[in-house]
Amino acid sequence: MNYTLRPLGDHAVVIQLGNSIQQETHEMVKAVTTFFETRTIDWLVEYIPAFTTVTLYYDPIKIIESYKPFQSTLPYTIVCSEIEHMLSQLTILEQSDSRIVDIPVCYGGEFGPDLEDVANHNHMSIEEVIAEHSNGDYLVYMIGFAPGFPYIGGMSPDIATPRRESPRLKIPAGSVGIAGEQTGVYPIETPGGWQLIGRTPLKLFKPNNDDSPSLLKAGDQIRFTPISFEEYKALEEEQ
Amino acid sequence: MINVMKPGLLSTIQDLGRYGYQKYGVIVSGSMDPLAHKISNLLVGNDENDATLEMTLMGPMLEFKETCLISICGGDLSPTIDGKPVPLRRSLLIKAGSILKFGACKSGCRSYLAIAGGFNVETVMNSKSTYVRAGIGGLNGRSLKEGDNLKAGTLSKESENMIDYLLPYLENNDFTEIDWSISSEFISAYQQKKTIRVMTGTEYDSFSAESREHFFNEPFKVSAQSDRMGYRLEGPSLHLEKDFDMISEAVAFGTIQVPSNGKPIVLLADRQTTGGYPRIGQIASVDLPLIAQAKPGEELTFTMISHEKAQELYIDRERQLRHLKQGVALKFNS
Repeated sequence: MNYTLRPLGDHAVVIQLGNSIQQETHEMVKAVTTFFETRTIDWLVEYIPAFTTVTLYYDPIKIIESYKPFQSTLPYTIVCSEIEHMLSQLTILEQSDSRIVDIPVCYGGEFGPDLEDVANHNHMSIEEVIAEHSNGDYLVYMIGFAPGFPYIGGMSPDIATPRRESPRLKIPAGSVGIAGEQTGVYPIETPGGWQLIGRTPLKLFKPNNDDSPSLLKAGDQIRFTPISFEEYKALEEEQ
Repeated sequence: MINVMKPGLLSTIQDLGRYGYQKYGVIVSGSMDPLAHKISNLLVGNDENDATLEMTLMGPMLEFKETCLISICGGDLSPTIDGKPVPLRRSLLIKAGSILKFGACKSGCRSYLAIAGGFNVETVMNSKSTYVRAGIGGLNGRSLKEGDNLKAGTLSKESENMIDYLLPYLENNDFTEIDWSISSEFISAYQQKKTIRVMTGTEYDSFSAESREHFFNEPFKVSAQSDRMGYRLEGPSLHLEKDFDMISEAVAFGTIQVPSNGKPIVLLADRQTTGGYPRIGQIASVDLPLIAQAKPGEELTFTMISHEKAQELYIDRERQLRHLKQGVALKFNS
């Protein structure tokens, strides 16, 4: 496994596993993430997977306490050699299977005020946009930007649409949108400039679920399934 | 119990942050000035991470329904108890029925009120920190409002002993204090004319020579568009030598990123977990209190520090805090 290590301030180290957004790099990010997820490491505060990196936050004081004979050695240096040792045991086989998560979406209407604009921009009918969007194989590369917000790859370029010229001040939670060649779902109400095409009744951010406050995690595969307004209401009540 | 008579400008319950959930995009939050937070806790016999009240520029007015051991650290928001000025960085016993009121901001920007036992609010994802934008943590996920009631958690042995020690002196006073002083090293964080030590950021070398030169030599002013999420700085415009596409990855407390408008943003307690702007610098952890205590309009300059030196200074700072903790324990835990 090829990687480089570099510091992010005095409490974190970045494991760089590639330089572009691609499946192969993502598999390595996933393998490294799974490795740290399944081990208890005293000095590790947390890890944050992204497109090409996994960042580890560590506690410099715990390192000094755990590695007393190396007291004059910088915690960063100790962490780097520990990571090198750990990753040398890692084979790409060590990874969990991808979960497939179904995300029901009620397209158009009041939930998708920009669906028509997306259709016009791409010279398609509304039905064709819905078919294209709900037909893709999507991959969650990382979670970031906001609690539970997935960076999703795999949208068909045929329905790509630039962001709105003036962002909306409030986008309701659950809104499904398109920005350029990306698609995404807003977990909480925020301002934003995405083209809104529909809404899911699922809660992507569940702050009271301490074990997994985010419905999605990096590495998940997702499918968007079209549902009717009635189905939306029924699912919303179940939540 | 404490009754909130006036909430102040922005008063929120914070601990040292919600770590462990950034992989789910959950913002860390926590005290903007972790040093003042920790000292205020240690002075009342708490754990460093216990929840304190972070008060911003204009502090609240609080009525103490019962006798409490408290301390106030960080910026000086002119605290008084029933009209009498109260010293900062002391262990104070405040009598039931007294009113703690904050006035003009004399120095710094944020003050921390610790109470023995810590503020007792619900723990959400392993932390009591308030993150207002998502409405989680603290008191119902928001800043204090008039009429709120705040409660303290269970007292430590040290807190109990401190209270026993101070109680006899309280008879004819609204408050009484333990007369010990904090190492001056801890206080220098709140000086004016701030020079902040910064490590070079991941994309530092990609900035133009002129931008790199300006970054470490010219003053920057904290703009009015500054909050717990980040400070926008005004000063010389900073630009990349050549534009390139950044791929989003983790950012940290004190990361200085530069969007394409050339105006740097310092990411602070309520920062996003990941970012996609080039990073010119990273503030040394020991100097985070300096920026957290800077007000809009204040000038800052940056000076370069190696990553090694920054880590050594952090370790020294933690050792000093440990000495303070041991000092308190020595006197009150026997």
